[in-house]
Amino acid sequence: MKIIVNGKPHEIDVDEDMPLLWVLRDEIGLKGTKFGCGVAQCGACTVHVDGAPMRSCITPVSLVSGDDAPKITTIEAMEDTDIGSELQSAWIAHDVPQCGYCQSGQIMSAAALLADHPSPSDTDIDDAMSGNICRCGTYNRIRAAIKTAAGANTGDDGEAA
Amino acid sequence: MTSSSSPLLSTSRRTFMKSCVAAGGGLLIGVSIAGKASASTGSAALNTYVRIASDGSVAIVAKNPEIGQGVKTMLPMLIAEELDADWSRVVVEQAMANEDLYGQQFAGGSRATPIHWNQLRQVGAVARAMLINAAATKWKVSPDTCKTEPGIVIHPASGRTAPFGKLAEKAALMPAPALEDVPLKSSKDYRIIGKTTPNVDGPALASGRQEFGIDVERPNMVYAAYQKCPVYGGKIKSANLEKVLSAKGVLDAFVIEGDTALHGLHEGVAIIASNWWYANQARELLEIEWDESPAAIHSTAQLENAAQALFNAPPQITIRQDGDVETAFADAKTRIEAEYSYPFLAHVPMEPQNCVAEFKDGQLEIWAPTQRPEEGRGLIEKYLGVSGDNVKIHLIRCGGGFGRRLYNDFMVEAAAIAMRIDRPVKLVWTREDDVRHDLYRPGGWHRLEAAISEDGDLTALTDHFVTFSDGDQTSNSARLSPVEFPARAIPNIALNISRTPLGIPTGALRAPVSNAMSFAFQSFLDEAAYAAEADPLEFRLKVMGAPRVLPAPPGGGRFAPDYDMTRQSEVLKLAGEKAGWGRDLPKGSGLGCAFYFSHLGHFASVVEVSVEKSGDYKVNKIWVVGDVGTPIINPTNARNQVEGSAIEALSHVRCQVTFENGRAVESNFHDYPLARMKDAPPVEVHFIESDNSPTGLGEPALPPVIPAITNAIYAATGVRIRKLPIDTDLLAWG
Repeated sequence: MKIIVNGKPHEIDVDEDMPLLWVLRDEIGLKGTKFGCGVAQCGACTVHVDGAPMRSCITPVSLVSGDDAPKITTIEAMEDTDIGSELQSAWIAHDVPQCGYCQSGQIMSAAALLADHPSPSDTDIDDAMSGNICRCGTYNRIRAAIKTAAGANTGDDGEAA
Repeated sequence: MTSSSSPLLSTSRRTFMKSCVAAGGGLLIGVSIAGKASASTGSAALNTYVRIASDGSVAIVAKNPEIGQGVKTMLPMLIAEELDADWSRVVVEQAMANEDLYGQQFAGGSRATPIHWNQLRQVGAVARAMLINAAATKWKVSPDTCKTEPGIVIHPASGRTAPFGKLAEKAALMPAPALEDVPLKSSKDYRIIGKTTPNVDGPALASGRQEFGIDVERPNMVYAAYQKCPVYGGKIKSANLEKVLSAKGVLDAFVIEGDTALHGLHEGVAIIASNWWYANQARELLEIEWDESPAAIHSTAQLENAAQALFNAPPQITIRQDGDVETAFADAKTRIEAEYSYPFLAHVPMEPQNCVAEFKDGQLEIWAPTQRPEEGRGLIEKYLGVSGDNVKIHLIRCGGGFGRRLYNDFMVEAAAIAMRIDRPVKLVWTREDDVRHDLYRPGGWHRLEAAISEDGDLTALTDHFVTFSDGDQTSNSARLSPVEFPARAIPNIALNISRTPLGIPTGALRAPVSNAMSFAFQSFLDEAAYAAEADPLEFRLKVMGAPRVLPAPPGGGRFAPDYDMTRQSEVLKLAGEKAGWGRDLPKGSGLGCAFYFSHLGHFASVVEVSVEKSGDYKVNKIWVVGDVGTPIINPTNARNQVEGSAIEALSHVRCQVTFENGRAVESNFHDYPLARMKDAPPVEVHFIESDNSPTGLGEPALPPVIPAITNAIYAATGVRIRKLPIDTDLLAWG
């Protein structure tokens, strides 16, 4: 099967039901995409498929492979995009992570949000980000970082380093 | 400022002399006086924690496991401050598990700050003194006439300067002064401590490059899934391993023998494959006949019935009896009583349990996201017979801990599997494995009674606490402290316990014991305030009484330290002030407050909630005020810890683990509904920097927020939440 990840084609020989997550992690070796629940409940495994956020833990690789395979983007390639690099800078400036495990998925969901809503409202953020669990509870910093990345003047950059 | 995970010190240092200094809690901190490092590295180790390269970059070891509490940044800050390092030239390196070198290495009890505040500053100060001595010797001046600026030694009289990098080799050969002999900086001279210092792993985390335990790779590695009995301690009668072996990608499958201890190596089937998904998928083919353990009798209803039966009998144990409770009740103007209960909770760190293990020539090498590596080393020795000296443990950044990774069942499982195959193996649990094989925050039941006098004083309080036993011991994290407030503050008190046997593992969940007791006691105190027709915040201040310290009982230790009513009342007052306590709110909205002292931190919280007519509630805002002494070492992380604790409280009032036939019913985030972005209100954090040594922040902010939420619901609706999780059907109004 052929899949295209971060602009590079990969030929893989796995069961067609294997979720994309495990192809990325255990076959291709891209481990920035995380396993959290396996049932699309936590968002840690979020990647983009042709720009749309998808939970790779329940996406069979056969759905995203083939001659006309869609473009899969993972956290490892986000720094090469304007939105991704702005988000990463904002994440660092707001010192968002505690354990940090969920943050790849948070940034992938945030990038998809900003692509659709360059200046998201709080409701837009709630809607786009509520599929991503942060067990450490960094939601307020995630919200602030998204607004910073969006260029919004949040008026509350107290935590920015 | 960057970080790397390579161990700082090779074992080939020319000299190594360890001086151990006894410190708080029996901790031994090892500081070596090391010789010149090898020429190939171009750097010199000044002690166990500090190595300076000739280009002036400074490597500092982070000794403890990082679980998201921020010690990988904070502990090196302490060393760097007294070293007078230029923080932008500091590279933080994660230590291996090696208590001979580093003293105790664990993440728990919010202990890192109080344990290391002096010791690691001294480590930095010793290294700085050695650099000054090297410069002074070179310049033939007295060390007393030299000083430092970040990264350089200066002799002001002559104007000579030398960067640390040019002094390091010479300094490494200088005799090290004793830790306690080096002067520490005055706080007004701090350049790093007290300044917001972003997470050293921040850039790696934002780019997905940070390695967690689950990301570790070894050459020729295979993957494992492990199927245990859904009833704790169950044994295998038979398993259809042949069928599993025929599944795609599966390389091997075998039984690992275990025992019935609540915590240890549990028996199961290991499935080995070339990709973890294949290993896990093959579990669907697995048919195991289990010999279930006695724990199969447990269900949530059975435990509830056992608790009610114990309430109807005299308490088994009295842990505190002060004054004359009976007379106080007889003389009371008002008596109240209520029953409180709370459920079992799971830890659910975002990174599922996992471990990489490799067994070669009698040696085990382990890569583990663990909070307490030595506990894992002990399990390996006990169950697998490999002596601790032959186990090398790499500490890998943990995707959350919350107490779960104090217990290394995943480590001993991975080690047992590795010893059966000749390749490195990565064991990964599913989320279902994690929720159903936890060491849970135990549930509990309280029958509380209080007496209010004519003057509106709380004159007596009694609790009958029904909890669990494991053999003749109270189950892990299921105790009640004899100094639980208002013990020591009011004259008449009786704290009683009854226990019912439990064959389900329990353990420490962030702010263990406190996260449960705060709900029962601070809710009941709220009831007492209303019974006294007093303002709930003012009533609490009245119960605390005059400024005073409630003394620790003899041998109180860290679970029953002195309790400072001044610090406690000040945080409560400030929380009220910041939240606008007493302001008018529309019908269906209310403010609740609570305070709690745990892990040496004095905390208070005010919460504002709104309750819909349907009974759905929303927490609008949380205020938290803490006094953890001074300084606040890293303000950004300090606030982050408190914000996260406040958000965690939202999960504590809505989640539960229940049991049927000895099995946990809940399994994943669909039925264990952690707080999400849409649930998360703003959290306003304030610190009162009292003149006390700094203490930890991983835990003490959590306990008061839980009852502040339910007390706010009472203020909004008049419905008293006495049972968690909150049943929103009870809250419908209008």
